[in-house]
Amino acid sequence: MRPKQQGVTSESTGPVPHTSDIGLLRLMTCGSVDDGKSTLIGRLLVDAQMAYQDHIQAQRKSSGEIDYAGLLDGLLAEREQGITIDVAYRYFASDKRKFIVADTPGHEQYTRNMATAASVSDLAVILIDAEAGLKPQTRRHAVIAHLFGIRHVVAAVNKMDKVGYDETAFRKIEAAFTSFARQCGLTSAVCLPVSALKGDNICEPSDKMTWYTGPTLLSYLENVKPQAMASANVLRFPVQWACRPDASFRGYAGTVESGDVRLGQNVVVLPSNMPAKISDIVTMDGSQDRAETGEAIMLTLDRDIDVSRGNMIVGENQLPDISDQIIVNMVWMEEEAARVGACYTFCCGPQKTIATITAIQHKVDVETLIEQPVQSLSLNDVGQGALGLATSLVIEPFAKNRMMGSFILCDKVTHRTVAAGTIRSALSRGANLHWQNMAVDAAARAQMKGQRPFCLWFTGLSGAGKSTIADLLEKKFFNMGLHTYTLDGDNVRHGLNRDLGFSDTDRMENIRRVAEVARLMVDAGLIVIVSFISPFRAERAMARDLFPPGSFYEIFVDAPFSVCEERDPKGLYKKAREGLIPNFTGLSSPYETPENPDLCLDTSVLGPLELAEQVVDKVCGDWLLNMKKDE
Amino acid sequence: MSNLPLYLRQLEAESVYILRETLACFRKPVLMYSIGKDSSVLLHLARKAFYPGPVPFPLLHVDTTWKFREMIAFRDETVRRYGLNLIIHTNEEGVEKGISPFVHGSAVYTDVMKTQALRQALDAYGFDAAIGGARRDEEASRAKERIFSVRAAGYRWDPRNQRPEFGRVFNTSLAPGETMRVFPLSNWTEKDVWAYIAAEGIDVVPLYFAQEREIVRRDGMLVLPDDERFVLKEGEVPEKMWVRFRTLGCYPLTGAMESTAQNVVEILEELQADQMSERRGRAIDHDQAGAMELKKQAGYF
Ligand SMILES: Nc1nc2c(ncn2[C@@H]2O[C@H](COP(=O)(O)OP(=O)(O)O)[C@@H](O)[C@H]2O)c(=O)[nH]1
Repeated sequence: MRPKQQGVTSESTGPVPHTSDIGLLRLMTCGSVDDGKSTLIGRLLVDAQMAYQDHIQAQRKSSGEIDYAGLLDGLLAEREQGITIDVAYRYFASDKRKFIVADTPGHEQYTRNMATAASVSDLAVILIDAEAGLKPQTRRHAVIAHLFGIRHVVAAVNKMDKVGYDETAFRKIEAAFTSFARQCGLTSAVCLPVSALKGDNICEPSDKMTWYTGPTLLSYLENVKPQAMASANVLRFPVQWACRPDASFRGYAGTVESGDVRLGQNVVVLPSNMPAKISDIVTMDGSQDRAETGEAIMLTLDRDIDVSRGNMIVGENQLPDISDQIIVNMVWMEEEAARVGACYTFCCGPQKTIATITAIQHKVDVETLIEQPVQSLSLNDVGQGALGLATSLVIEPFAKNRMMGSFILCDKVTHRTVAAGTIRSALSRGANLHWQNMAVDAAARAQMKGQRPFCLWFTGLSGAGKSTIADLLEKKFFNMGLHTYTLDGDNVRHGLNRDLGFSDTDRMENIRRVAEVARLMVDAGLIVIVSFISPFRAERAMARDLFPPGSFYEIFVDAPFSVCEERDPKGLYKKAREGLIPNFTGLSSPYETPENPDLCLDTSVLGPLELAEQVVDKVCGDWLLNMKKDE
Repeated sequence: MSNLPLYLRQLEAESVYILRETLACFRKPVLMYSIGKDSSVLLHLARKAFYPGPVPFPLLHVDTTWKFREMIAFRDETVRRYGLNLIIHTNEEGVEKGISPFVHGSAVYTDVMKTQALRQALDAYGFDAAIGGARRDEEASRAKERIFSVRAAGYRWDPRNQRPEFGRVFNTSLAPGETMRVFPLSNWTEKDVWAYIAAEGIDVVPLYFAQEREIVRRDGMLVLPDDERFVLKEGEVPEKMWVRFRTLGCYPLTGAMESTAQNVVEILEELQADQMSERRGRAIDHDQAGAMELKKQAGYF
């Protein structure tokens, strides 16, 4: 059943690229809407004979002309709306080379789509309309492409037919583009005059632009060498999977991400720092003496050491940084903005851990390249920040290694990808940078919860309505996404304070302990609601003194004694009248009305729900307002 | 080192990387084996990815009972030769109801015997990742498919809500009820597949190679009556013709093409000259505009 002819070399077959050594070229296309991107790709597909005749026929207009852009239609919804909304991949090959095109729309979500396309491309083709010149959107695309690793760009100045194939028009755009490219750090930028629609200078040189002597777009793409993606002589081999089919074999599968690996080479396994020697390079085609960057192979070591997924095999004396603090660039891809303190799953090659955003430093204005200081990153923002990692990882900056320096952040609950980014640098433990030395203090804990912690101290007679209001209030806070806890007689007397009775000293100790616990909880970042009769001014003053200024609110729940006695929800007043409860507040023991409460709730005027709202308004109104402004 | 041209080595390395990620990140992966040339390449790559270990996950073949007999023979021979773990699943309910492409039409038949059958199998075994041989160049709606493509509960595909893919860092995590489809051949074209089959000497079902076969013309398709369930309609006369198949599926729905290409080299030459899309011979794609996309949303591979 074998095909009759074996081991066919590519030379014998038309469609297979001849130049086997040049390899794939992965490119992305960008450009503002209507600059002719779809037409250009359609033209390349047709001219390179990669579009199928039945597809082409379907795109012939009544005039007989081919609607090149129509060849690229994708999903139903897009077809209906006449827009492309995502990254689409196209394939074509010339005699010399195979191309993978990541085609990105210039519409909504462009930042995210551009970043995605750039991350898999070696080169960007930027379309510029010869009539319109360099548009802001074109600049934006170039900047994003650069941020995510593109160093080579080709500007195809399109629609030359519309400017009469005029050299001056082209040179003007060329000059503008070249200076812009230099400004944003693109190391190689080439300008070509083309007409996608008419086919000038796409695959064939144009007889209408004899003034142009450079290559056609296709011939340029056929010969360009992708940028070196990794430092040539530094071995990096992230272990993807440990292969143990039986007791006698232990191999480590992965792709050589930089350098090459040789039989007998001395290596170090990270993070365990164990030295070893490469004892075999295994493939199904036989053992190899050597494997280069990009090869997916399996390594065996000369000794038994514990190696698992996420470990890294590196050359000796070529140790990378290991760190749990990194500075990153990222594009935010989620509706909910990025904020300091938020926690995500961090994936970087086979390395995986939990990352907390410890700082957001600035976002980049992709038109002006200006860095603006910000507190958070919104959908489609690109910015710089710092991440704290739960475990130390091998860190390779993006500038040194594109693959290893790329990461994503995923939501721990929805599992959506919320951000994609590139690592700028690792911070060593001693680095003198403030976010690195960030203490985990009250402020940090509060920031992580996204709230201002404080204590609401409810005081008032038994039956005044403290618990009812406190309960409603806690539900309100909960619905606002705030982290709360309520301390009251019920949950304290049975546990923490069950050794205490009702003597004056014990009552004082009871309150002291409650106040201390509340203080610890506020320090931990919580909003604490304390609901105790706390009849004495001195004990309430003592409680207040424990808290940082501004984080303690004394709230007096005001109900006349007679009303409380009438309500008597727990039957305590009755028992007290019968003399069964000694030292009953209001009867046999005094209640000292607060002189200067932060808030006085008059239960004779409003119901518990209104009173709870009053608390929210008066006590956290300003702060809530500020929260909304930040968003 | 292998003597593949560089671009094929690059495609191979990418696919091997994806296969290894799948094994490392999922609880229970399965390789969807459809017996065609793409499946043959996929299987070959899986053998390479985990060598010297065995292919570490089972193969799943959804047998509609209407596959070409040569396919089934090839499947069983392949499983035997490489010592693979093959699961064959058929929608028995569909069989009992006598669902047939001749009687019920390609749409109903495909839904019951393929889409539903696949869901049944995935449910029954609890696979969380299904590896398939689909390529992005096959059909317009696939150009935007991800390499790791999340399916919501019920295996639905939502083209508007796909995870962005950033370089080679794949988000392989799943929420409860979600499953993953994995497409290691995403970046291969039909020509790449044939060039790789030629260079690596991979076996494929002989139906891919031209030979004189007994053919019936029906609804503009060249159909090979593969068993007695094919009943000639009035006016239909089987004729001897040199044909081969460009894709393989269920014999009543898979059109042959006239060809004399008897080996891989001749196929590659023919592909260059002919320039017709691969899925043209398939009945199911012509049901309606965007047919493939709708099928995918419903969970067809
Ligand atoms: N005259 C002329 N028109 C062009 C050329 N390239 C594209 N167009 C037209 O410009 C319009 C927008 O092209 P399209 O490819 O859809 O742009 P996209 O939005 O960048 O994909 C279409 O009407 C094309 O026919 C060109 O080289 N010359």
